[in-house]
Amino acid sequence: MSTTSPVSPDPGSVEVRHDLAHVPLAPPSRTSGILEVFRRRYLLRLMVRREIRARYAGTAFGLAWSYINPFTRFLTFYFVFGLLLGRGNGMQNFAIHLFAGMVLVNYFTESVTSGTRSLLSNRGVIGKMAMPREMFPVASMLVSLWHAIPQLIILVVACVVTGWVGDGPLWVPDAVGMAASLLGFVLIMVYGTAFGLMFSCVNVIFRDFQRIVQTFINIVPFTVPMMYPYYLIADGERIPRQYHDIYVANPVAEAVMLIQRGFWQPTCDGPCVVKPGTPPTVQPDFVGDLYSRGLIMLVIGIVLLGVGQFVFSRLEKSVPERL
Amino acid sequence: MTTSIVVQDVSKTFRYQAHPTLKKVLQDRLRGEHAKGSFKALDGVSFEVQQGESIGLMGLNGSGKSTLLKLVSGVMRPDEGQVLVRGRISGLIATGAGFHNELSGRDNIYMNAAMLGMTKEETDAKFDDIAAFADVGRFMDTPVGNYSSGMFARLGFSVAVHVDCDIFIADEVLAVGDRPFKRKCLKRMKEIRESGITMFYVSHSAASVKKMCDRAIVLDKGTVGFDGDVEEAIKFLHYDGDDDEPDAEDEDERDEELANDI
Repeated sequence: MSTTSPVSPDPGSVEVRHDLAHVPLAPPSRTSGILEVFRRRYLLRLMVRREIRARYAGTAFGLAWSYINPFTRFLTFYFVFGLLLGRGNGMQNFAIHLFAGMVLVNYFTESVTSGTRSLLSNRGVIGKMAMPREMFPVASMLVSLWHAIPQLIILVVACVVTGWVGDGPLWVPDAVGMAASLLGFVLIMVYGTAFGLMFSCVNVIFRDFQRIVQTFINIVPFTVPMMYPYYLIADGERIPRQYHDIYVANPVAEAVMLIQRGFWQPTCDGPCVVKPGTPPTVQPDFVGDLYSRGLIMLVIGIVLLGVGQFVFSRLEKSVPERL
Repeated sequence: MTTSIVVQDVSKTFRYQAHPTLKKVLQDRLRGEHAKGSFKALDGVSFEVQQGESIGLMGLNGSGKSTLLKLVSGVMRPDEGQVLVRGRISGLIATGAGFHNELSGRDNIYMNAAMLGMTKEETDAKFDDIAAFADVGRFMDTPVGNYSSGMFARLGFSVAVHVDCDIFIADEVLAVGDRPFKRKCLKRMKEIRESGITMFYVSHSAASVKKMCDRAIVLDKGTVGFDGDVEEAIKFLHYDGDDDEPDAEDEDERDEELANDI
């Protein structure tokens, strides 16, 4: 210490106000990972709100786009798979089967793609402000969740209208079905966050990554039973049985079946899926051990989240200088 | 006296090309020259700062000043050695960091304050002060993307100086803004300094460092070239006007005048 100015600790000084002598010296960048994000909920809330507002900033329709986009996509899929290809044959309320799945698939694809880009698209902040960087993928996931809400509203309306107008029973949400749907949402949240965390920092170091992710994300809607009934995969006529096990190991497929259990199955009058033929045979709606599978996948998802956090904290050190 | 910042044998290495293509990587591998792509922005830097000290960080362009500030503020982590600090840090690595162009000035104030670690209540309580200092008037509810660069900078500075912090970092704050605002900034920074907050001030202006700081650290190509008295630091840097061009002298004179204003 060559020169240290003698500052007298008067009562108003910072040293006294903040009792700095008892604050330990700590690295300025130290964070406790994803837990820190929830400790700074206020900042997280502001960031989520910022993203939501910025999304449709300057558009005339504003939030209506959150309804228009999924609705048109639904109509397209319904037209092609339901009417043209007849994939809804032998199935009751194919439209609801499809749309229930789309809610979660859209939520998943959106959280992974926006999560992957989250660090790069916030590079202005990251290079200048010290804050837990887990914030960005988590915020992307929550913004995507926010955009799933309008779709969920469309889904509920569709279920109620189907029960009212159609021949089937009135749609009454049952406790098991709602718990299953909730589990479906939680699964997507956990996996979406885990992938978002891992991919976001990989994407900074290896920028081709978001294009690779995009390629795989485009496949996801076809790997879940929403445009076609589950039994097409399960009955072993088209694909060998062992591939079925891989198919149902997909957490998104599991989540889709869980939400269909909550919304689509209660709208059916009698067996939901009957395979046309002579004689027509009743087919399973979902994979056999739907709930226990869901819970096991949740545990795996939480482990994956831990892995995601580990990868993130290893890679994020070099993130600011690579932006 | 409490130690505020400890920088211990810190090094930071950067690469010339952050994102080499696969082709480039393979070419370099084949030629066996993959180690050439990096340089040390900081090399074995060590110093300690006591609470309430006001440090002027000087050095030529590219000497590692901004990198050092980023390490102290926690934006980056050192490759070797360690940086330890005590208390909350605020300041400006660059003005208006984290501003979102589509959001209004008001929303951006809340956002930026939250990033600097303030709660909603704290920001609410200080909002009027921040708004008055930034002096953007009716533009408070206009998206900051439409602000003039001066207004943008004022808003950013205004948030940073109102954080109840223990360490204040200022990187080239006077590079933007008109003279009345510069004067206001310097006055405010003097208040910060007098309230016992540790200050880290980066500037090329010898006069303002002389006025603001009681110790100077001069970085020279990533190492500590000089650490100690401000006057000697300026001599060390040859900023005392011996070989300055007339333009620079004008600038210095103006800064001198400015510094005398406060």
